[in-house]
Amino acid sequence: MKTATEIDIQTEGEMPRLHYLNVEIGVKSWLLTTDHKRIGILYLWTILVFFLIASVAAAMMRIELLTPQGDFVTNETYNKLFTIHGVLMVWFFLIPSIPTVLGNFVIPPMIGARDVAFPKLNLLSWYIFVAGGALTLWAIIHGGVDTGWTFYTPYSTTYANSHVITMAGGVFVAGFSSIITGMNFMTTIHKMRAPGLTWFRLPLFIWSMYATSVILVLATPVLAITLAVMCVERIWGVGVFDPKLGGDPILFQHMFWFYSHPAVYIMILPGMGVISELITCFSRKRIFGYGFVAAASMAIAVLGFLVWGHHMFVSGQSVYAGMVFSILSFLVAIPSAIKVFNWTATLHKGSIYFTTPMLYALGFIGLFTIGGMTGLFLATLAVDVHVHDSYFVIAHFHYIMVGGMVMAFMGGLHYWWPKITGRLYPEFAGKLAAMITFLGFNLTFFPQFILGYLGMPRRYHAYPPEFQLFNVLSTAGASILGVGYLLPLIYFLWSLKFGRVAGPNPWRATGLEWQTPSPPPKHNFEKTPTVTERPYGYSPEEDVDLHLASI
Amino acid sequence: MHSTTAAAPFVHEQFDDIEQQRKAAKLGMWIFLATEVLFFGGLFLGYTVYRFTYGHVFVQASRKLDVVIGGTNTAVLLISSLVMAFSVRASQLDQRRRLVGLLLGTAVLGCVFMSLKAVEYHKDYVDHLVPRLGFKWVGADPGNAELFYWIYFAMTGLHAIHVTVGIGILVVLAMLAWRGRFRNGNYNPVEIAGLYWHFVDIVWVFLFPLLYLVGHR
Repeated sequence: MKTATEIDIQTEGEMPRLHYLNVEIGVKSWLLTTDHKRIGILYLWTILVFFLIASVAAAMMRIELLTPQGDFVTNETYNKLFTIHGVLMVWFFLIPSIPTVLGNFVIPPMIGARDVAFPKLNLLSWYIFVAGGALTLWAIIHGGVDTGWTFYTPYSTTYANSHVITMAGGVFVAGFSSIITGMNFMTTIHKMRAPGLTWFRLPLFIWSMYATSVILVLATPVLAITLAVMCVERIWGVGVFDPKLGGDPILFQHMFWFYSHPAVYIMILPGMGVISELITCFSRKRIFGYGFVAAASMAIAVLGFLVWGHHMFVSGQSVYAGMVFSILSFLVAIPSAIKVFNWTATLHKGSIYFTTPMLYALGFIGLFTIGGMTGLFLATLAVDVHVHDSYFVIAHFHYIMVGGMVMAFMGGLHYWWPKITGRLYPEFAGKLAAMITFLGFNLTFFPQFILGYLGMPRRYHAYPPEFQLFNVLSTAGASILGVGYLLPLIYFLWSLKFGRVAGPNPWRATGLEWQTPSPPPKHNFEKTPTVTERPYGYSPEEDVDLHLASI
Repeated sequence: MHSTTAAAPFVHEQFDDIEQQRKAAKLGMWIFLATEVLFFGGLFLGYTVYRFTYGHVFVQASRKLDVVIGGTNTAVLLISSLVMAFSVRASQLDQRRRLVGLLLGTAVLGCVFMSLKAVEYHKDYVDHLVPRLGFKWVGADPGNAELFYWIYFAMTGLHAIHVTVGIGILVVLAMLAWRGRFRNGNYNPVEIAGLYWHFVDIVWVFLFPLLYLVGHR
């Protein structure tokens, strides 16, 4: 059996002669492409640039926080650093990360389609994204912005003396790229599925991308109008947030969080989708409770629109509103917990393979659980009053966004890398990077829970000396985390040329995207596949001795 | 490459047939319109909050707007939507000349709307109703009144941008229709442009009573 599989792998380890990467070559063929796979790669390079810039900003903040005094940067520079970090990481890395890179690449092959429904709009969305990013970078180069990523009024409209309009303009423009992507994915998932691929035969990654798209489409326009009104008010000195006219700056917070809380779920739902794929494949088992996991994605998307007020418990909102928002926020824990329990139950009695993507997936489950549980602390009115605007909040949402989304992004990137490039990454280096990332992450952010609980506020460049120990630990962790991110960058690039040829299905995974050559041909399939059964037809008993590809 | 593609040149390569393409485009437009509802929604929320807080001043301020021009514009837009609906029908029935005429007719009505709006904005300016540009208010709470006019200009201005985009789309469609682009069942673009135009119309149907009629009994 084992030898047969090995022979099997060797015979299929050949690159297809013609695939989407070599069917056309040259810069023009990339800049004018409407192939969803190439657009995914364009997005990958673009968000990598923003990730690097935002990481440098984070590194500078961590260096400043090594000592209690403000000796590395001034408080003004520090304000600009956390604004750059927040704006770039949220809008130019996390929100586009899994949807525009992995989503663009794998949604059409996963549902047996030749492309997304609107390929030209798909390319347009990338150009809009680049334009928004360019505006934001212009604002950074010309001196930056010191409002924080939240652009709270009246500071942003009246008092801030920096390039608020340009940066908010960049975010405004990039928002339309999100909207187009969401519209494209929803239409694609509704109308482009292969024959026999009913809604409850869809892979869970598709369900989570659908839920994400609903949020992208319905929440992003509210941010757009809010930022537009904020900018008009800054230019003209008149607007609905203007206290001089009887306007209410708190209205800005309502409108901002009406977008930005659902946006938090844009930054986790796609990750959950990736994890569902990884857990099933590497425990060789059908997912436990498919319907519940799928419905939980939709429930999170819907509930996400009803909890924005929990960001405003101390902003002077009424006690009753606070109580309602608190209860609604607790409700989000139910679908989230359903997912965690179902992933765990899927592992039970599976044939578990600790490959690199699986390590990231297991890391995700642990870190997401910590992030989610601390979210419940913050949804509790009285506790929130104590830890609001402290490092506790910072640690909480980094556990979700970095511990959750970035781990899932890395896991998904490793999982589909052979499909994207046709080559395998080095497995040992991959495992090493996954473990370094996990360790570095925890060392960076766990001390911040303690700091926050002890009362260290966020957004200050100096702090009382008794907080130094935990800050030093956190900075040490951040440097380890940096290594964990640099390693994959190196070996991914290495694998493009030297990686072993993967063959169509190195993981012996189910799912339509694995039934086509790696890299896939321009239109994904020679012949549109027909689907006759539920997804994840894995069998742990048969796959006990499976020889999964590794290098 | 695909047999259906060869049969119908306007079916894009990612679709199996015209039916799938038509349904996808229609759904895409509906999703876009949902986005638009929430885009305008932010301003509607602002209006609602301050109408509730400063109801009296909002009524006073609303009375200074020109109901006659606003009402005429409402009629113009409603008629334009009817003409648009006829255009969609003409495209479905493959009536090329009629389609061109009806699309241009819709665009002309859009231009009439914009012209009346321009006249009205000028009148508002002369009456010192434009915030920050010589705004004058006799009576209590000038700040709140200025807030009303700010919302009025923001909402009608955003709507006017949408009308202008719509006119552009209609003119382009009319030119393409003249060249016979929408023949043989390829009426999809006309249909989804129609959805957009009706949406712009409906936004105005909400704006008109909220801004012009709240002060009238």
